[in-house]
Amino acid sequence: MSTSIKIYVPRDAAALSVGANRVASAIANEAKNRGQAVEIIRNGSRGMLWLEPLVEVETDKGRIAFGPVTPKDVSSLFDANFLAGGAHPLNLGLTEEIPFFKNQERLTFARVGVIDPLSLDDYIAHGGFAGLKKAIEMTGAAIVQEVADSGLRGRGGAGFPTGIKWKTVLGAEADQKYIVCNADEGDSGTFADRMLMEGDPFTLIEGMAIAGVAVGATKGFIYLRSEYPHAYQTLLEAIRTARTAKWLGPAIGGSSYAFDLEVRLGAGAYICGEETSLLESLEGKRAIVRAKPPLPALKGLFGKPTIVNNVMSLATIPWILANGAKAYADFGMGRSRGTLPIQLAGNIKQGGLIEKAFGITLREIIETYGGGTHSGRPFRALQVGGPLGAYFPDTLLDTPMDYEAMASKKGLLGHGGMVVFDDTVDLAQQARFAFEFCAKESCGKCTPCRIGATRGVETMDKVIAGDTAKLALIDDLCHLMTDASLCAMGGLTPVPVMSAITHFPDDFNRAPKRMAAE
Amino acid sequence: MGWDDAVASSIVNEYKHLSGATLPILHALQENFGYVDKRAVPLIADALNMSKSEIYGAITFYHDFRHEPAGETVVKLCRAEACQSMGCERLVAHLKDVHGVEMNATTKDGRLTVETVYCLGNCALGPAALINGELVGRVDEDLLDAVCKGQSHERMAG
Ligand SMILES: Cc1cc2nc3c(=O)[nH]c(=O)nc-3n(C[C@H](O)[C@H](O)[C@H](O)COP(=O)(O)O)c2cc1C
Ligand code: SF4
Ligand code: FES
Ligand code: FES
Repeated sequence: MSTSIKIYVPRDAAALSVGANRVASAIANEAKNRGQAVEIIRNGSRGMLWLEPLVEVETDKGRIAFGPVTPKDVSSLFDANFLAGGAHPLNLGLTEEIPFFKNQERLTFARVGVIDPLSLDDYIAHGGFAGLKKAIEMTGAAIVQEVADSGLRGRGGAGFPTGIKWKTVLGAEADQKYIVCNADEGDSGTFADRMLMEGDPFTLIEGMAIAGVAVGATKGFIYLRSEYPHAYQTLLEAIRTARTAKWLGPAIGGSSYAFDLEVRLGAGAYICGEETSLLESLEGKRAIVRAKPPLPALKGLFGKPTIVNNVMSLATIPWILANGAKAYADFGMGRSRGTLPIQLAGNIKQGGLIEKAFGITLREIIETYGGGTHSGRPFRALQVGGPLGAYFPDTLLDTPMDYEAMASKKGLLGHGGMVVFDDTVDLAQQARFAFEFCAKESCGKCTPCRIGATRGVETMDKVIAGDTAKLALIDDLCHLMTDASLCAMGGLTPVPVMSAITHFPDDFNRAPKRMAAE
Repeated sequence: MGWDDAVASSIVNEYKHLSGATLPILHALQENFGYVDKRAVPLIADALNMSKSEIYGAITFYHDFRHEPAGETVVKLCRAEACQSMGCERLVAHLKDVHGVEMNATTKDGRLTVETVYCLGNCALGPAALINGELVGRVDEDLLDAVCKGQSHERMAG
């Protein structure tokens, strides 16, 4: 009897969005008709999203990739003996030799796309729980020190040192502490959190458990955006599985530590990604931003000391514990240590997830990895760091991906999302949208943001209609919002606006343009 | 299914033990009825020992919760920056100009609701949409034509 051949067809939502389920069932049917024994594993995505659905076949040489596969290709793939890695126009060779993938430094994403995300055996066979096992043997202070030594900074956008935050929570005295995972991932152009939760959810669970052990918290919440229904199902199942296997519960991993988790869905409000708004939402209220202090680390969820960390921050903890702080800190540049899962998106030929050490330039990502625009038209603008991030022109593309280097160009790294625009983009419209988005998503607590954003939309409309003199008003408004907003929603909305005006002045100089066209 | 206070109460009771139960309850109600009727406000307020204004305030704060029933098909079309760079606003114009379908509204025949969302995490394969809970990438006019006519399309789930 022939043993069945392993075929991987991703279950990642991006892969599903271009037909991965249809491809998986076409393969299953074709195999059955041909009497071929196959085992179809639904893995996460390797992150080469333009190649999805990317089907992999396990051979004695390694996993061979085929993509992008449609159901119509399936019979020709069998004809070409793809189960033995046969020649076919869609054959991409060994997955791990594809340059886009090969040249990455995958630490946080080491298992994503490789394993069956819901198989605990697979997880453990690929090094899962090594970090938690170490943590269980360490004191809380030693774990926190390890995290601090790694240089890890929060990946949610603000780049705050994770070790310092944990130390504050460790030092707080309380009958109850919480670990809250910020999985609101609201920035356009970002999907790293989603891919990790769908592709390797046990890593996040392990990272949260380590955080619990470190600071003495027994309960965790994952606050997940409701726009991620697939990640929700995967997390629910992973938590059930972890609980059954006693990696969650009253004695995690056979230790004396208790830790358990709940997933909660957001409800379509961008501001809920801001940590204090998120906590209000978890408490069941309107998600109005809280004034700081008190810090959430001291008075967080239900008034108790709380760690709020992004998915990427927490999912990197197991690697740091397992491999040591120094091994992590050896990657990166300056004060940005380790790796950043970069998300390349928008009008780009080869979009996807690229985990690289800090320091790679924006240009390398767009040109070497991305291969230019999807439309084939010339590149014009890049927005880095989500809706509150700056628009950069070509002349700034040699900036390295590093918190300080981006700030020195009046930009920000945010959650590592990069959105590419071709030459059809109108930066005045993008600036208008930045205000419009802020007006829609503002929590309404402070006037500069609530009223300022609405004034910004009205004023941009005048500029777009040709009243260029109104740009001075935009400038004033931006100063006010920057200086007087309570949180970064109002405080950073001027970043996309002012960067667009500074770097793309022609788009704001409407009147002469219109006359020239007449 | 139309709104039913008895069913709504039992849903509220099922979730009220959770800490910070407001959102789980609202999601469960919308999952069941397709929207959250204003009659839910006193039910939830009673169960959670919160004021009616707090509950009303929460419902209206979050974009997800509808105040009226949705159409049979619900399309959540992403209009955030990455999808803008791939022409999602062209699709919005197409829906309106060719099909008379307005954003954030339900068609008169009750068949179709199209809503704006900001990012579905599918930003490398935009424009993106969630169609009845299924994520679709590289959405184009052809696919939306099928949706508007109530037809299936080879690139939709199933
Ligand atoms: C308007 C706004 C939106 C935010 N959205 C997110 C988000 O979606 N995900 C996230 O992790 N952090 C987000 N943040 C940052 C959080 O406030 C907070 O810094 C983060 O959760 C801390 O975790 P970290 O240190 O691991 O990054 C947002 C901040 C602001 C001001
Ligand atoms: S800046 Fe905007 S979002 Fe932030 S607290 Fe003020 S009103 Fe709320
Ligand atoms: S608005 Fe003029 S420099 Fe900030
Ligand atoms: S911006 Fe449309 S899916 Fe992210």
